[in-house]
Amino acid sequence: MEALDHPAEITFLQDEEGELLLVSSGVWHVATLKQVIPLLERQTRKLSVRSLRWDVSGISSIDSAGMVLIEYYLNLFGKQGIAVEVVGASPEQQKLYQMVASYISAAPKVPEKQSRFLQPIRHLGESVMVFVRDFNAFLSFVGEDFVVLTLLLLQPWKMRYRAIVKHIHDAGVRALPIITLTSFLIGVVIAYQGAVQLQKFGANIFVVDMIGISVTRELAPLITAIVVAGRTGSSYTAQIGVMKITQEIDAMRIMGFEPHRFLVLPRVFAVMIALPLMIFFADIIGIAGGMLVANLHLNISMAEFIHRLQGMLDVKHVWIGVAKGPFFAWLIAMTGCFRGFQVSRDTESIGRYTTVSVVNAIFLVIACDALFSVVLTELGI
Amino acid sequence: MNSVIQVSNVVTRFGSNLVHDGINLSVRQGEIYGLLGGSGSGKSTLLREMIMLQRPQSGEISVLGYDLLSLGRNEAAWLRGQWGVLFQAGALYSSLTVAENVGIKLKEYAGLPGNILQEIVRMKIRMVGLPDYAANLYPAELSGGMIKRASLARALAMDPGLLFLDEPTSGLDPIGAEAFDKLILELREMLNLTVVMVTHDLDSIWTIVDRLAVLGDKKVIAEGSLKEVMSQSHPIIQQFFHGERGRIRVQHGE
Repeated sequence: MEALDHPAEITFLQDEEGELLLVSSGVWHVATLKQVIPLLERQTRKLSVRSLRWDVSGISSIDSAGMVLIEYYLNLFGKQGIAVEVVGASPEQQKLYQMVASYISAAPKVPEKQSRFLQPIRHLGESVMVFVRDFNAFLSFVGEDFVVLTLLLLQPWKMRYRAIVKHIHDAGVRALPIITLTSFLIGVVIAYQGAVQLQKFGANIFVVDMIGISVTRELAPLITAIVVAGRTGSSYTAQIGVMKITQEIDAMRIMGFEPHRFLVLPRVFAVMIALPLMIFFADIIGIAGGMLVANLHLNISMAEFIHRLQGMLDVKHVWIGVAKGPFFAWLIAMTGCFRGFQVSRDTESIGRYTTVSVVNAIFLVIACDALFSVVLTELGI
Repeated sequence: MNSVIQVSNVVTRFGSNLVHDGINLSVRQGEIYGLLGGSGSGKSTLLREMIMLQRPQSGEISVLGYDLLSLGRNEAAWLRGQWGVLFQAGALYSSLTVAENVGIKLKEYAGLPGNILQEIVRMKIRMVGLPDYAANLYPAELSGGMIKRASLARALAMDPGLLFLDEPTSGLDPIGAEAFDKLILELREMLNLTVVMVTHDLDSIWTIVDRLAVLGDKKVIAEGSLKEVMSQSHPIIQQFFHGERGRIRVQHGE
């Protein structure tokens, strides 16, 4: 703590012959250099002498950071054509100076900065290249997966059924509470929004049509898939990513355990089985939410609601909603696993790829849903 | 010789598991001090206690004259500036480049302008024998030996007088380990360091350690120079130095 009591100091003196003398004193440690730098900066800018002497005998203690500072300004004087004579250095200080000077001589070339205007273009180019590379990698990942799947279909007893059941439990059963909550609220929101509009026309009963079709055909599949993407897709990326970092994946490959058979396919199958069931579950809860609001807000009794629902809701809407499940599930599980395999050696990349995997999965689910809408409408279903 | 670190009667317990039962040792100014012992003998725990990452249940640890167990906030902060630590796996911040890792403490505490700071960082990186291009690499892009060196550069950033090394040569090949040992010796000369290292590397113990303590049975079973320690008849010491590997090493060392 004593170092802070005598911070580094420097004074600029002019002796009788007009020669400039720099006198430095105090402790020149990394934590005590702060004060001298502004002074040195100011003074060195307006020097007009050809030579100067630097008296360092007053420095009671100096560390390598202090030496770097002195060396830096000696260099600067040198560049301005000023001859500097350093006096009063102790043998230890000279030794430290030799050492520091040997390490900081020959500064490496700084790579030239690119033009500010070209930067955005460069970034754009880099992003496109990353996208192309990722896309290719994803295609080869899917390819590998299908090869393993084909081989597995020839030897179905080699399938990891236990793992599939475990993943159905993790991704499906344990997600039911949050699915219940979100789909119930979606039903409530739709009913409320519709109720206000429909009441204006006295067409209260049509709220049933609205809830029935929108929930079963679009909202339940989409909301369920988004929840699963956030919950399960991300955890797949993290699980596989950690296994990648700890070299478990390498160990599996060495032992001849194909990672696709052991890690990817059980997860993909599990989500593909669980998601349609969860969508059907979300249909029921969503409609129940709507029914509750219709009952409280629009005075449609539950019996009336169910009667109307039976009359107008074609079963094809439910089927279409449920049928979207496996497609969404495949996208979510594959993206999650693929990003997990992309995790590199550092722990930070787990976080990055987990985020990327969720964003990708949600985007793909919505894009796939849009595709369904277009195709089914064109087909007139 | 005045002692830099003084550990007396330290008792550490994790739940019902007694790790240290009255540890006594002292580290002198300017020496390279080895902490030895088998796995689970509590060497790393002792090191963690010396650098205030963990508190012993009772006893006294004083570093540079400050008692670690009754330290004020400001004193603790000052003391943390007096040492550098090299963790076993490097513990480099994975989101920062090597240069940023080395410079982070300087940037935070020294308040130096950017150009001087960069000079200091570059010097430290060269000092530990890393090539200049390593400065812009991220930890994930480094080899095991480079991680150790980068981490050492970070430990030395503030020119500490005291350096703690947790198994500095573990995970390095024999050539890399030898080079690293040599580097530590050189740096000790240049920077007047006092070094405390946890190690099982018999080569390091032979070549660079001045004095050492052997932990076993929850206590320090021997302390002193290698010769003094090896002359003890405690079974753990016999096993350690006179086992197959130790014997070969002894023959080479003569």
